[in-house]
Amino acid sequence: MSLGFALVAVLVVAFAAGWAGYLHARRLRTAGRMHSLPIYHGAYVALWGAIPALLLLALWAPIQSRMVDAAVLSSPEGRALPAFEMQRESILSEAREIADGEREQGFNPQSSTLAPRIREAQSRYSLIGGAVALFAALGAAGLAYRRSAPQFRARTGVERWLLIVLLAASLIAILTTLGILLSLMFESLRFFGLYPLHAFMFGLEWSPQTAIRADQAGSSGAFGAIPLLWGTFFIGAIIAMVVAVPLGLMSAIYLTQYANPRVRTWLKPILEILAGVPTVVYGYFAALTVAPVVRDFGLRIGVSSASSESALAAGLVMGIMIIPFISSMADDSMAAVPQAMRDGSLAMGATKSETIRRVLLPAALPGVVGGVLLAVSRAIGETMIVVMAAGLAANLTLNPFASVTTVTVQIVQLLTGDQEFDSAKTLAAFALGLTLFLITFLLNLIALQVVRRYREQYE
Amino acid sequence: MSSKAATRWTDGSMNKKLGRRYASERRFRLLGLAAVSISVLFLAFLLYNMSAKGLGGFVRYEAALPIDFAKSNLFLDPATLRGPGAEQTVASADLETAISQAATATYGQVAAEMFGDGAVDALTRDIVRNPDILKDKPILWLPVGSKVDIAAKHDSDDASENLVNLLKSKHALRERFNTQFLTASDSTDPSSVGVWGALKGTFLTILVTIILAFPIGVLSAVYLEEFAPRNRWTDAIEVSINNLAAVPSIIFGLLGLAVFLNFMNLPRSAPLVGGMTLALMTMPVIVIAGRNAIKTVPPSIRDAALGVGASKMQVVFHHVLPLALPGILTGTIIGMARALGETAPLLMIGMRAFIAAPPTGITSPATVLPVQIFLWSDEVDRGFVEKTSAAIIVLLLFMLVMNGLAIYLRNRFERRW
Repeated sequence: MSLGFALVAVLVVAFAAGWAGYLHARRLRTAGRMHSLPIYHGAYVALWGAIPALLLLALWAPIQSRMVDAAVLSSPEGRALPAFEMQRESILSEAREIADGEREQGFNPQSSTLAPRIREAQSRYSLIGGAVALFAALGAAGLAYRRSAPQFRARTGVERWLLIVLLAASLIAILTTLGILLSLMFESLRFFGLYPLHAFMFGLEWSPQTAIRADQAGSSGAFGAIPLLWGTFFIGAIIAMVVAVPLGLMSAIYLTQYANPRVRTWLKPILEILAGVPTVVYGYFAALTVAPVVRDFGLRIGVSSASSESALAAGLVMGIMIIPFISSMADDSMAAVPQAMRDGSLAMGATKSETIRRVLLPAALPGVVGGVLLAVSRAIGETMIVVMAAGLAANLTLNPFASVTTVTVQIVQLLTGDQEFDSAKTLAAFALGLTLFLITFLLNLIALQVVRRYREQYE
Repeated sequence: MSSKAATRWTDGSMNKKLGRRYASERRFRLLGLAAVSISVLFLAFLLYNMSAKGLGGFVRYEAALPIDFAKSNLFLDPATLRGPGAEQTVASADLETAISQAATATYGQVAAEMFGDGAVDALTRDIVRNPDILKDKPILWLPVGSKVDIAAKHDSDDASENLVNLLKSKHALRERFNTQFLTASDSTDPSSVGVWGALKGTFLTILVTIILAFPIGVLSAVYLEEFAPRNRWTDAIEVSINNLAAVPSIIFGLLGLAVFLNFMNLPRSAPLVGGMTLALMTMPVIVIAGRNAIKTVPPSIRDAALGVGASKMQVVFHHVLPLALPGILTGTIIGMARALGETAPLLMIGMRAFIAAPPTGITSPATVLPVQIFLWSDEVDRGFVEKTSAAIIVLLLFMLVMNGLAIYLRNRFERRW
């Protein structure tokens, strides 16, 4: 018996018990007035049958895999495995795949002899777990069934369960946030055990190649994050915003103040399409079409170091991607400015553009600034465009035609190359991830604060 | 006013000033129009660029090849090729050499390498379908290799161009719709790649995402909007949902790597893990859309239901939720469309491996369409350029369909109260 089978069995038992409860309650109804509808009696029994048993199974599954591993390693075949952990792990995972029937044979002959042991242990432990869960299902459903009576408040019981399910669903958001924080911090702490924190935060050199041999040249591996942060800031907060802020702001002004409604209903969705294009498409476009043009332009105006993977190409395309975001944020904050202010200005004889520049924009400025901050946080976390168009060289440069690298590029690079677990290289990616998370978190916090305070002013 | 000059209309200075102000008004308006136009033009150029490069990927060239099976040293007996296992038997024969010899015999030494893996696959299918051709000297139309394909579509090196001209002069080259691109999977040979494996991986991944994210998202939206007491816990949930919606997607990839792969030991590169990671990413979007949709249901509906004796739970599940569903679905589809185009978090959990067979289930190794595009864009072979763009066209079509569906739902079912 596998745990999957136990799961199905529990569900079948719960459903059958629920059906029995429903029929029982319908028979009761002929006797007189009831508190709850028969369907609630059925649901009450079914919920009691399913939820505790499913929780048991969910708790048992990880325990079982630990126990299977322990049992297999203590068997004679398991003790013959090499002591080196990575080798043993790879043989074990091969054997697991054979035991699950996913493959016929492993690269390693030992995995084939191990597979029957795994299957044995699995069936033994899942029999225990499955039986316990099944008994729990039967017992709980039986108890619930026996409570069924005309005046029994089955609906209240069902609703209590539903409320618990609702609460559990909304706790997942907290769990995800905690999961992100804990996993990033845990791995980052291990990284800072290998590499000092201040050298990471203030180091000016980034070259993550760790040594294969100790005497190798440049083997030390430098993890100074400043060049990466600069690259991220340069592309996401400077170049992209130079493109996106004027274009987005002017688009919003034109669409809300000048364009007639028919044009607006067409243009707005078109702008939104820009936001919906997958970033990998932008990346491909930036690398294949924009980057060569930018490089040739750079060479023509006399920048001899113009690279085919330039900060400018990535930043330009990223800026275009951000336009709809800025435009809709600006749209919102201009709509929040009271009509009376606009009317007052127009009544004094100001032209439309004078009203927009002197009254509307200053009044909407905090909202616009908040929107720009949110846009910066989005641009900083953007990955695919920079991975495909920005390059890998960690340069501290102001030259937009040179190649720079960003935090996200390096995370991808560190985790998708030939990776060894637990090396400083892999752990550095998590430290970078933590840095990125904290920066975007702070930006969002400030931006939301700015936007909220500004909203309160006019409400 | 400090200067009386401002109100003097007679000498024309006011008119001049007014003219300047109106000119600046027109300039400002033009500037706005230019800003919108730049965005629209960019989008148009992007789409034109992709289709110009990618439409070629849906077309392939086939060349006529007379094969004399009697002369080739293929030891295949038509009699043994009836029934199951025929495909393996044919695949084990050296078709590549046979094709190369036949091509050399017909078109000369230059044609020795004009056919690629795609031709071998096509010939295998032909033989399995009708083993009797092994006794004949049939003329078969086989897809040409990548080099000749490029030469037929664009400019290429002289040898390939000459070969194309030779084939054209003999009327031995034809253009066909590339069905293989929609039915095959990844390959090292650009002329025989396809998007089916990646599409199937995408479907499985999105399926897992929707099964997890939709119920959880809707239920937590219901809880937060209808049941949650105002306290510190609710505030914490709200803050974390708003924050999660703005966390960079790559961070979710790191979470998936650390928790699902390293801690829970789930299989690498599997749609299961990809779907779970994307579900965590999409859930906040659904929660926010769901809360907004639930908010728009007027309180009179709730009051009426409560008035006739429904419980709070019945009010929500029998009346509020069905009325809010169109709005929730619109938000869900938009969130799913975003998940569909997501690449970075899936790179983190290993969905970037070279996988030549479509996935068989949610735990078998797979890749998804955006990652496939990323992988192909990294290839040096020139034949991959048009395949990458063609895959982008397929991806954009999917996005268009999903967004269109969302807009349709919004217009058709969403009620203004």
